[in-house]
Formats: sequence, C-alpha cells, structure tokens
Amino acid sequence: MNEIVSIQLDGNELKVELGRTILDVCREAGVDLPVMCYLEGLSVVGACRLCVVEIEGSPRLFPACTTPVAANQAIRTQTEKLKRYRRMIVELFFAERNHVCAVCVANNACELQDLARRVGMDHVRFPYLFPECGVDASHPHAVLDHNRCILCTRCVRVCDEVEGAHTWDVMGRGHASRVIADFNEPWGSSTTCTSCGKCVQVCPTGALWPKAASMGNLRKEPGKIGELVAKRKLNA
Amino acid sequence: MARQYEMIMRHSRNSSGTAEPPRTDTRYKRIAAAMQKHQCRPDALIEILHKVQDAFGYLPMEAVRFVAREMRVPPSRVYGVATFYHFFSLKPKGKHNCVICTGTACHVRGAQAIVNEIQQQLGLRPGQTTADGKLGVQIARCIGCCGLAPAVVLDDQVLAKVKPGEMVETLRARVGGAR
Amino acid sequence: MLGKLDEITARVRQRSQEYRLKLQVCCGAGCLSSGAGELLEELKRAVAAQGLEGEVGVVPTGCMGPCNQGPLVRVSPDDTMYEKVVAGEAAGLVECHCGRGEEVRAKLLFSGGEGPVCERASEHPFFRLQRRVALENCGVINPESLEDYIAAGGYRALYHALTGMSREEVIAEIKQSGLRGRGGAGYPTGLKWETVYKHVSAEKYVICNGDEGDPGAFMDRGILEGDPHRVLEGMAIAAYAVGARKGYLYVRAEYPLAIKRFELAIKNARAQHLLGSQVLGTEFQFEVEIRVGAGAFVCGEETALIASIEGRRGQPQPRPPYPAERGLWGKPTLINNVETFANIVPILIQGGEWYASIGTPKSAGTKAFALAGKINNTGLIEVPMGTTLRQIIFDIGGGVPDGKRFKAAQTGGPSGGCIPEEHLDVPVDFESVVKLGSIMGSGGLIVMDESSSMVDVARFFMEFCMDESCGKCVPCRVGTKQMYDLLHRICEGRGTESDLALLEELAPMVKETSLCGLGMTAPNPLLSTLRYFREEYLALIPRRAEGASVGPSAHQP
Repeated sequence: MNEIVSIQLDGNELKVELGRTILDVCREAGVDLPVMCYLEGLSVVGACRLCVVEIEGSPRLFPACTTPVAANQAIRTQTEKLKRYRRMIVELFFAERNHVCAVCVANNACELQDLARRVGMDHVRFPYLFPECGVDASHPHAVLDHNRCILCTRCVRVCDEVEGAHTWDVMGRGHASRVIADFNEPWGSSTTCTSCGKCVQVCPTGALWPKAASMGNLRKEPGKIGELVAKRKLNA
Repeated sequence: MARQYEMIMRHSRNSSGTAEPPRTDTRYKRIAAAMQKHQCRPDALIEILHKVQDAFGYLPMEAVRFVAREMRVPPSRVYGVATFYHFFSLKPKGKHNCVICTGTACHVRGAQAIVNEIQQQLGLRPGQTTADGKLGVQIARCIGCCGLAPAVVLDDQVLAKVKPGEMVETLRARVGGAR
Repeated sequence: MLGKLDEITARVRQRSQEYRLKLQVCCGAGCLSSGAGELLEELKRAVAAQGLEGEVGVVPTGCMGPCNQGPLVRVSPDDTMYEKVVAGEAAGLVECHCGRGEEVRAKLLFSGGEGPVCERASEHPFFRLQRRVALENCGVINPESLEDYIAAGGYRALYHALTGMSREEVIAEIKQSGLRGRGGAGYPTGLKWETVYKHVSAEKYVICNGDEGDPGAFMDRGILEGDPHRVLEGMAIAAYAVGARKGYLYVRAEYPLAIKRFELAIKNARAQHLLGSQVLGTEFQFEVEIRVGAGAFVCGEETALIASIEGRRGQPQPRPPYPAERGLWGKPTLINNVETFANIVPILIQGGEWYASIGTPKSAGTKAFALAGKINNTGLIEVPMGTTLRQIIFDIGGGVPDGKRFKAAQTGGPSGGCIPEEHLDVPVDFESVVKLGSIMGSGGLIVMDESSSMVDVARFFMEFCMDESCGKCVPCRVGTKQMYDLLHRICEGRGTESDLALLEELAPMVKETSLCGLGMTAPNPLLSTLRYFREEYLALIPRRAEGASVGPSAHQP
C-alpha cells in the first residue's frame, strides 16, 4: 500500500493512494472523463488526448490516463476550455476518415458516436478529409473497414499484449497511418492471426466487426479484456 | 511474448509463405552476417534495414520477409518500421537519382522552381521514376548544406546554387549519357 | 597516462614547428561539395613541386564557417583566408603566398561581396564578433587525427575528471556553468545529469542526440564533422558523472561524412585506451556505438529517439516517466544534444565560473547558429548568448543581398517563429526569443527578405510538421493536416475569413493537447506570422483582394 495523500478534484477534497493515475481516481470518484485509446487491461499510450485535465499551478494540460496523482494537486476536469478542446478533438476524429453513422454497422453501438453525444458535438466545422480507404473482408469471420478506423491502436495492443500474436501493427505515419496485418497483406491470408477475435471486441467503432453482425444487433464487449488480464494476474 | 509468437509461426496455416531466398546471392550473405553480428537482437532492426537498402538500393519485399523471419520479429512490426522512416523505400529507385533539398534555406532560395521545372520539362514529380527506370526524382527535408542553397544531390554528388534550367539540362545529359 | 598525452602533444607541436606555414583546407560538407577534396590534393602537389615540402604543411580541417564562399583556405600563422579557391588555382596560390610571400588579394575572403575585406581574417566582423567555445577546434584541427585533437589539449578534461574529481564534483561544475541544453528546450544540463546520477541502477546509458532534423540547421553536423573527439570526450565525461558504461550517438543518415568521421574517432580513441575498459588507465569503462537514423524528424524527441534506438517506430511516449528515470531499455538514460556535449570539455578545463561569465545571467555561454536564407554570409557561427539579432544578421552575416529589405528572421525551425524587423535588437537568449513568440531552437536562423511571403513560410512549416507527425496522437495527426489544408487554401487565394477563424481556434488546441514537442510547437510558425504579418493573410483572402495567390507548394502540386 502506498502513502495516502489528499488532492482536490473539481473542488472536492479526496484522499487517494500515491502511484495511481488521475484517471483511476476520477473513475472511482464518479467523475466522467471521456477516453478513446484507453482500455483497462491494455498498456496505456496517451494518444487520444480526450482525458486531458488542468492542474492548478501549471500552464500545461495533463492526460489523466498517464499522469500519476501527487500530494495537494488541485485537478480540474470540466472547465470550459477542456470541454471545447474535447469537442474539437471529436470533430477531428469525424473529419479524418469517412464516418457516416446512418449506414454504419456500429450505429448505436459505437464509442465514437456515444462520445460525440456526450461532449455535445452536434456538427463538424472542419472540412472532411475524405481519404481513400479500403475495406478488407478477406478474413472468414470479420471485416476491417479503414474508413471507420480512428487509429486508437486497441487492436494492435490486444493482439500483441494479450493474445501474443502481433498480427496487427501500424504502417506509415501521420495522417497516412494505416492499421495493417503482417506485411500489409489481406487479413485473411495472415500467417500470424489466430482468429481469436479479441481485436474485434476492443474496437470502439465499426472499423472491426464480425461478419455475423448486422446493423442493430452488433454488440462488443471490450470490458472482457480487463477481466481476462485480471484473471491471468491471479494465476501468475 | 516471443515464445508465443514463435509457436504461432510454427503452427500457422501456410508456414513461412515464401520460398527461401537464393542463399547464393552474396547480398543475402552480407545481410545474414550483419544480423549475426547483432545476434539477431530485435533492437538492431533499423540497422539491418539500412544494410538491406545499402545492398539492394531499396527494400525488396523478399529481403524484408527474410529479415523478419531470421530476426523473429513479427511481420507487421517490420513493415511498420520500414514504412515509418522515410529514408527507407519499398520501391526501387532510378538508376540515377536526383534529390532536391526542400529545407527552409533552399525553399526561400527557390527549391520550388527546380521541382516545377523538372515536372514541366521531364514530367517527373517528386517520388516518381521514369518508365525505363533511368531517373528517379526525390525530395529531401534538409541535407544540411544550407550555405549552398538551393542544393540538389545528384547520384551522391551535391550540386550548389542550382538554377532550374541548368538542372534539367544536367539531368538530360546524365540520363542521355547512358552510363 | 597523462605522460602519453603530453608525449603526443610534444610530437605534434614539434612537427608543426618545422613548418613555416600551414595551409588549412576546409573539408566541411559544404566545401567538399564545391571541390575542396581535389583542392587539398592539388595544394599538396603544388607544395611538393615547388620544393616547399619541409616548410609548408597542407592539412584538412572541419567547417571554418563561411560556407557559401567555399572552398576555403587559411594560411597560418599569417591569418589569411582565401575564398572560392579551385584546384586549378592551387599552384598559383602556393607560389605567391608561400613562395614569394605575397597575398593573392583577389581571392581574399569576402572580396567577392559588398562588405569589408580584411587581410587578417580574424579582424573581419564575421570572425571578430564571434566567440568560439563549442566550435573552438572546428576548422582548425584535422578532424580525422586523434593526435591533432590531443595536441589541441584534448582528453585532458577527461583525464582530469577521472583522476582528480569525484562524480559529484563534475556535476557541480556543470551546474555552476549554467549550461542549458542546446537542442532547443534549454533544460539545465547539470540538473539533468544530477537526476540520472541519483537514480540507482546497475545499467545506465548516455545518448548523444545528433538527429538534427530542423530544416535549415547544420550546427551539429559541423561539430560532428569538424571535431568528433570533442563530442566523444564530452560523452565520456558525462558517462563517468552519471555512472553509465555505454553510450550511443544517434545521427541522421543524411550525414554520411559525420558518421564516417565519428566511426574513425571511436576506433582511434579505443586504440589509445581513451574508450573501452580501463579508460586512461583508470577503472572507468565506456563504450560508444553509433545508431543511424532513417529520416524521421520526430526522433529528435527524447522518447521517440529511444524507441528508434530500440528498433521500433519512432513514436514518443507520454512523460513521466522521464528518460532520466526510465529511458533506454527501461534504464536511467541521459540524453544531450551534440552541441551540449561539445561544451563540456571547455567547462571542465576553464571552470564553470568562467563559462557562466559568458552570455547573460539566465542563458550562460555561447550558442552556435547556422545562418542561411537571404543573407550574404551564410554559414556556421558561434556567438555569446545575448548578442542581438541585428549584430548576427547585419554585422556577422553581412545583411541581405541584392539590395533587398530585411523582413523577418526565422528561428527554431518548424517549432519556432518569425521575428520581424522591429524586434531586431532583441538579445538572443532563451527567454527573450520566447517572449517574441518564437524559440531559440537548436540554432537554425533563416533570413527572409521582402520577396518572401510569410503565409507561404507558415504553410511550408505546417507541411513539414504534417509530414513528420508520427500519427500517434490525434491533435497532431489530424490537427496539422487540417491546418495545412486551411493554409494551403488561403495561399491559393481560395481562403475565407472563417478559414482564418478556424485556424485560430485549432492552433491553441493542438499546442496545448499534443503528446510531444512536435505537436506542441507545430502551430508556432503559424501563430507568430499571424501575430506580426496578419495583413499578409488578409490580403490573400479574396474579399479583400481578388485572386491573390503565392503559387503551389512543394508536396502537393
């Protein structure tokens, strides 16, 4: 057990254990912080920047998922600026690829869509980039649609860290980054994929979906990964 | 993690996939020797890819597969690294290569005019190679020769204070020279 | 072991005393590409042919500074410099200067320009206003000769540290010097060393960051090519102080000459027990390996650089943990820039107090700059911190060519900004430059004249950041692309006022929420040009001026 210190979270005094992250503490205290790349059970990458918070005394913003709490921190999670920035990040997500909720298999079962509602994003002011993205339906059980990929890399991490196959990775860089299987080959011909389906479960959007699903009946269970990892730790 | 990966490789549906590269090719021997030198440690991946590019002038997929297999690095990771770094090319370059520096100093001193002139006169945009493979045109972020701006590297030779028209003539001579 | 250093020094000194004159030929990358290699051989031949072999020595050196006047020859001890000497002129130069004792006036340095010409090179403002500390040996000694480096006092600081100073004392000396990281961020070097020193670990690493990615910067290149042992010695001293046994030089693949000379330096130093086990006969052991980058600007960021050395995609990691605590292979790691390491030796020899006396109170010492763009004397210079921009550009740099008017100086590359004419008298130090909306950066200084469009400059840097973004975090990956598209539209004369408003909303978000320095600073060139040259943006928006445009851009023709 680490030392217990007190912090201020949105004006409320809290006693917390040192070594935990701000995100952990927020979740426990029932403070609603949006996340996209973060998933319990996977390594933390701090990539989506949705969970940034303000810490009194610093001009910088801190991602809650990677920042540990410190004694006497005064944390603010819901300032006007933070809300505006989060909304803008969600707009950037939508404008980056070809997200059309109305025709998406993940409609009403999509973390990105939920997020847009939560942060109050009612329209996108930035020009859509309309990149040319393919759909890979070569796998017998599932489909990868790059048009809906937000590059959160949950699939890459679950495949490497939990399944141990490392089928997925990211190629290229910047806005030209793409998730790939093996040597950028059709997923169906991958020599490393074990068809475990974990990547499909953790994908927050309609980028990875089981062929058996159709609009309206898609359900994903990303929470299962956290449980799996926790059980493994018990046995270790 | 590495052991699991190895297991999967062994049990994978169509084993290694490709035919063994010609082991008699001295270029593969050189690459294999370099991997030996680093004991196939995965952290040497970038060093090894440099060796591949030195040997072939680019990264042929066959050689990339060879490296992944010998070093036991997952294919997608090798491919991800090879495409992250712009120094590596998965496409063959031209027999002659013209790299136009587009660093800040070259930009303010007219690098764009060189790019435009080559495009208009020779029909080559940065990243393209002529159909016969004789000439490739690339751009570099900065070659650090800002005193010579605008600079162009033609087949490893730095040309200083380049004028667009002269550059096109030089390229025509180089390609026409059929060396 | 000190005896051996003295012995080598005596031998080299005696040899050079035999020479009445020394012809130093600049063999920096710039001069080599203008024919310095042939010139060197031709001068040797001419000296031999004229029977002067015993009295005139011909030696190659690293970068002398005035890069666009190359190939350069300096005659010592006469302090005469010649510019644009081609191989065919070698015999004549030797005959006149070394034979008859006459200067070749037409070839004197800067004689082709509009500014002053000096018989004694060091009296020319280009050199007179400089103060060379990190570049002390650059352009003076033969960078490929360990003996020359030792004769210039090399490896004495390491010997002194290993035999006469505790690790704490070395760190205290660096702290006292006030030296701050020369890679751009300006973090106090001594403090960084102390943090790594304090973390207990059997394994620690020292990394020299030579991934000089700013377009328009070539200071590190100059140092690595001109005085590689200076960097190596600095790294060894750092390793001793923090408790590391292994070091890496991470250098760009675009710098083949620097790689070659540093490899040679490692080989020669190891042969003389200046590296390896039992360095200089002590218990200290230190090995250095070179890692060649592969074309990714983001690898200048510490955590991305570490990922790259580990053979992975060069993507930054969130900090904390900082590399000083968990760096390369999870071990405490010290990362300093090439120029920072080049300053260590003089600090140990002449003392931290001496170093702190140069420059300004908060920004001690000197700083190397690479002058380029619309400026007469492009090249590599080093000045005390606090020298004004006006002195650097007009006195040392000789002002703007072709009678054009100065418009702005760009510092800090894609992370920096543009400083306009009204701020030319700003003293160049870390804080003052930041106040003007730019950053000191690693030392690239590009001059723009009245013909340069500042909106185009902003687009140029945004395009750079967009291309170099690693793609990991959303604000940088998508934000730079959106900002580039908006800027491109404005440049082409298709922009609207609402595009400008969107830009101004996006820029602070990207700056504040991005994961690493690349994204955090990517909006700087845009913001600083908006601050000082807003009218140029407005002039491009059709409602104000129909159909104005600045032409296409390099990468999306």
